[in-house]
Amino acid sequence: MGIAFKNRVTAPQLPSRPAYGDNQIGTNLPPRAGSLNGVIVPEQPGKSAIEVRGVRKVFGTGENQVAALDTVSVSIRENEFFTLLGPSGCGKTTLLRLIAGFDFPSAGEILLHGQDIAPLPPFKRPVNTVFQSYALFPHMTVAQNIGFGLEMLGTPKAEIEARVAQMLKLVKMEALKARRTSQISGGQQQRVALARALAPQPKVLLLDEPLSALDYKLRKEMQIELKRLQHETGITFIFVTHDQEEALTMSDRIAVMSAGKILQVGSPRDIYDRPAERFVADFIGETNFLAGTVVSKKSGVATVKFASDATIGAGYPEGFDPTGEVTLVVRPEHADLVPDPAKGTITGTLSNIVYFGTDTHYHVKLDGGGENFIVRHQNTRSSPVTYETGAKVGIQFEEDAARVLKD
Amino acid sequence: MTTATLSPPATLSNAASFEARAVKAGARRNRLLSLPALIIIGIFGVLPLLIICVYSFLVAAPYGGVQWQFSTDAYLNFLFQRDIFDDTLQFTPDFLIIYLRSFLFAVVTTVICLLLGFPTAYFMATRPPAQRNWWVLLITIPFWSNLLVRTLAIMFIIRDEGLINNALLALGVIDKPITMLYTNFAIQLGLLYAFLPFMVLPLYSSLEKLDFRLIEAGYDLYATRRQVLWRVIIPLSKPGIIAGCLLVFIPALGAYVTPLILGGGVHLMIGDLIAQQFGSGRNWPLGCAQALILMAAVLVALFFYVRNTSGKMQHG
Repeated sequence: MGIAFKNRVTAPQLPSRPAYGDNQIGTNLPPRAGSLNGVIVPEQPGKSAIEVRGVRKVFGTGENQVAALDTVSVSIRENEFFTLLGPSGCGKTTLLRLIAGFDFPSAGEILLHGQDIAPLPPFKRPVNTVFQSYALFPHMTVAQNIGFGLEMLGTPKAEIEARVAQMLKLVKMEALKARRTSQISGGQQQRVALARALAPQPKVLLLDEPLSALDYKLRKEMQIELKRLQHETGITFIFVTHDQEEALTMSDRIAVMSAGKILQVGSPRDIYDRPAERFVADFIGETNFLAGTVVSKKSGVATVKFASDATIGAGYPEGFDPTGEVTLVVRPEHADLVPDPAKGTITGTLSNIVYFGTDTHYHVKLDGGGENFIVRHQNTRSSPVTYETGAKVGIQFEEDAARVLKD
Repeated sequence: MTTATLSPPATLSNAASFEARAVKAGARRNRLLSLPALIIIGIFGVLPLLIICVYSFLVAAPYGGVQWQFSTDAYLNFLFQRDIFDDTLQFTPDFLIIYLRSFLFAVVTTVICLLLGFPTAYFMATRPPAQRNWWVLLITIPFWSNLLVRTLAIMFIIRDEGLINNALLALGVIDKPITMLYTNFAIQLGLLYAFLPFMVLPLYSSLEKLDFRLIEAGYDLYATRRQVLWRVIIPLSKPGIIAGCLLVFIPALGAYVTPLILGGGVHLMIGDLIAQQFGSGRNWPLGCAQALILMAAVLVALFFYVRNTSGKMQHG
């Protein structure tokens, strides 16, 4: 069933979608782009749910002007779990608020299924938000909170009740429907906030760091829960977070943001394995940076020489022409320690060994100086070699391990 | 307890009794802290009330004061007049009318103060935090000067040769002054002026604590501005609305200076009426009875008001 918007939305109504909970859940969903349970689904052109075109947002006036968003363009596909990832102050929440309608862009367009929604107030947009602080109404019960959106849309009472019951079931909160929101735990409030935002069946669900207030275990649970909900409802999720692990595990695609700009958009694999810029590599996961000099280039692979005269082949992003002194990035798990320094591409002294349970980090002070190089070893039942701090070691690189990046 | 009996259970009971003693001492300290307030309430609140209570059941002395003789005449006189010749009681609604008029003034004052005060308080609460204290300061400026002085100032503004009439005459809008002083309008204006800050301040303190993300959540869930106001903002500022209404209604009902000066003694309110009994009326018991009846009426009204508002808003 479609959403009855009571003349509020001028947007053309889209082909209706079965309500979740009707019949079989998630049976007639269109194929999804990006990763699904770790399997890479070939990217399809896909219709875009939200299209952000050249959006700028400037706060303040005169000399105090700050551009929170500096001409951002991005296209978010239908039924996609899309994550805006970046450090605090990078503009990710600002972009979310512009899509929700709490702020209006200084320039640019925001299209929802092809229609510009940038000038519409939030109550005229078929978009709902899960707030960081949940923002549940303290003067209402759990059920009243969930039904609020539908009530405002003028949905008949019987239908509201049915949908609220369905939502309570979806987030497993049936037992607590008569409670006040102050009488339930943080994780339960989170579920109610989700149910409240999903109840009016928005075209797009916006989530503003919804898991940041939860403890580690609950957060892990909710990550899986969110993926399930997104899968079952088939709604486009736009998720804002500063937690790279959260972004990598949940998203179909990620947009990495910094200082009001989108630096890279891609699948979690893309972002992690082929970062476009040094910032992206640094922000997502752990990374080693190595100084070197480009000696030659051939079909997307640069040969880079270290101070020790050893060379290595390194890929680089499209549209970037590395020359002279460059920085290489290598993920700690893409390098390996060898006990014999002579066999390593680069050499150094083990300065620290940090045990993490699942793996061990070896900090190597490189002979050429510079930052410590970190090598990560997966711990197995039979770890072959044991190293001692102070030992001279060599470091080998897996194929394609090194990349040259823009600074 | 001697050392010889210091077996483990004895130590435990010793510790327990020490804890009990500490708790008791704490409670005693807390009672001591409330003592000054209790003394003041006793001397200036409870004692006078008892005196009024006793006086209302006595007989008026010819030149003021009371004669120590039990009588319920004061209460009878509130609604009835004793005929001088045949000693029968006749119903006279004079006092009742004054009471009802006072209630009406107080209700109108409360409603208008709420209508004016709510947007004002909302405006103040939505300013940047640094600005808010300045707005609060501006609201409290009237308190820097005495109410009597301020009421006299209103008198000078609205009288026949006052600022407003002179200005309108000079501009040629009117050719003879509009009579405003010593009318119901003057009393109402004076009451609004005197009590508006008492509405704004509690409303402000309650709106300031409002989580404005809840308003965004309301808009996000398709509520229009009007719906957000009625379904989110007003229910959540209920404590401020109740406090503001009480702080305006109760003193407005018993207002004395304002109706006396601006009403010119022609349009009596309860405050003037009671004062009269102790002055020119020389009927202290009647004044005491009237004061107690007022108190009882306020308590009853309060009871229904609080019960209604808290009931209604729970569902909102």
